Amino acid sequence: MNLDYLDFEQPIAELEDKIEALCNIKNKADITQETDALKSKSTVLTKKIFSSLSDWQISQLARHPKRLYTLDYINTVFEEFTELHGDRAYGDDHAIVGGIAKLDGQPVMFIGQQKGRSTQEKLKYNFGMPRPEGYRKALRLMKMAEKFNLPVITFIDTPGAYPGIGAEERGQSEAIARNLFEMSTLATPIISVVIGEGGSGGALAIGVADTMMMFQYSIYSVISPEGCASILYKDVSKANIAAESLKLTSTHLKKAGLIDIIIDEPLGGIHRDPSKAQSLLKAALIKELNIIKKISTQDLLSARQEKLLGFGQFKD
Amino acid sequence: MSWLEKILPSITNVVKKNIPEGLWSKCPKCDSTIYTEELQEATYVCPKCDYHMRISARVRIDSFLDKEGQEEIAPNLVAVDPLKFKDQKKYKDRYLQAQKDTNEKDALVVKKGTLNGLPVIVAAFEFKFMGGSMGSVVGEKFVRAAQESIKTKAPLICFSASGGARMQEGLFSLMQMSKTSLMVKLLSNQKIPFISVLTDPTMGGVSASFAMLGDVHIAEPNALIGFAGPRVVEQTVREELPEGFQRSEFLLEKGAIDLIVHRHELRQQVHTLLSAMTFNNG
Repeated sequence: MNLDYLDFEQPIAELEDKIEALCNIKNKADITQETDALKSKSTVLTKKIFSSLSDWQISQLARHPKRLYTLDYINTVFEEFTELHGDRAYGDDHAIVGGIAKLDGQPVMFIGQQKGRSTQEKLKYNFGMPRPEGYRKALRLMKMAEKFNLPVITFIDTPGAYPGIGAEERGQSEAIARNLFEMSTLATPIISVVIGEGGSGGALAIGVADTMMMFQYSIYSVISPEGCASILYKDVSKANIAAESLKLTSTHLKKAGLIDIIIDEPLGGIHRDPSKAQSLLKAALIKELNIIKKISTQDLLSARQEKLLGFGQFKD
Repeated sequence: MSWLEKILPSITNVVKKNIPEGLWSKCPKCDSTIYTEELQEATYVCPKCDYHMRISARVRIDSFLDKEGQEEIAPNLVAVDPLKFKDQKKYKDRYLQAQKDTNEKDALVVKKGTLNGLPVIVAAFEFKFMGGSMGSVVGEKFVRAAQESIKTKAPLICFSASGGARMQEGLFSLMQMSKTSLMVKLLSNQKIPFISVLTDPTMGGVSASFAMLGDVHIAEPNALIGFAGPRVVEQTVREELPEGFQRSEFLLEKGAIDLIVHRHELRQQVHTLLSAMTFNNG
């Protein structure tokens, strides 16, 4: 079993391993034919598996160990990124990375949640779970963006805000609430992209946006499937069932009008073709930025207000 | 849930009908037996140990506003089950059951009225309605409350008691956080006071949105207030939580709230604050 692949990807993994083994044999002619055949077989198989993914499988892809994280995009999607640190009050939270960068030559304020791949990195970035100082850093940078008229671009990828003692002591709730409060009328365009996992309030705290995008196999939810299962079923192993109930995929959310744009992923997901994913994201961001920067601030703010007030379904 | 909480609504009913079973209540904190009518008069604060019991949205509002001139805002809003959500029970069935149990349409009640003659808008959570969880209806009712505040220039007071966002409405619920926070921002832009009263318990998506955005944060004594529930925090950090963690007194010490006010002093305290806050702006 290949640990870099999820259970439903294993048939693909086997084929890919065969192809790799063949490529490593330094014997010419017939092998090319054979590898080509295997490659097309792998493509067909991937297409087949990915044409009918369950919401739980998509949730797993959103948290795939080989999926790209914020810092994997920063130098390919943007240019001249200068990281800016700290909340000016308590500390610098690594789970949120922020700074000034250029997108297609245009300066922007970038803010993104970072998970970390190795154990050491995971600890450094706290598994992508921000503390209050992370949200306060993000807010400081957004206010700076407003001051210098820079569009804000945020990447969401977090299991949620960190539920720790210190985080509670320093006002995790207030930090999230303050961001929602300020972002709702921040006088500069905000574009947010869920690149992996959009974990509840911890995600929303940098996700009040004029344009809300999601990568195809990312998720965005009020509670994790595991959290939902443990509350409603008293059983974490029912996460797969909870994932289906929560309607947390990009397709469901687009249909419900809760997000604006789905960015397609390469066949088999981002991890199968990182450079293609990077260019797809870059193209989507440039396109949106060029549209949004033409809108006057006043129109932008009233549209944002209307959008926020429109969220919700009820009967009067 | 303690047995007392389970029977609280029935106590309220039976006492009126003079049926003997509800005559006596027990304080969940000090175990004292209290004459129910005395407890009601004390707005469910234990006369022996001062423990503040959870109270319904209606009892809360009735004990806070002046008796005359109350008018309910958006009383008929109901949920629509946008996800067709189902776990072991359908959301629809849970919802109808909650309506039956609480005699409320959803988890937030909004009224306009006066406080010692000062016009105010009051919103109060019904914790017994699915844990006071915030879905589309709660969010929209909060919006209507704030809009009425803006329209009439009357200060807004919200009594929170909630476990957080209502997961049965998925991301719609999460979006109520930004929707309600926007309204607090608009209130703030108009310089209309918003007083957030945090009662037991105020957690998750409610505490991480409008409840923590008041001009003044008042908590009732010993209320549980925080982002993540204590059990989740304990499982995450794998150590024992400090004494009084996430209680009002703890939050006061950490600088998250302005003051702790006894339930019997709330009317007077809020009025004193609002009189000053609107004195030069009214």
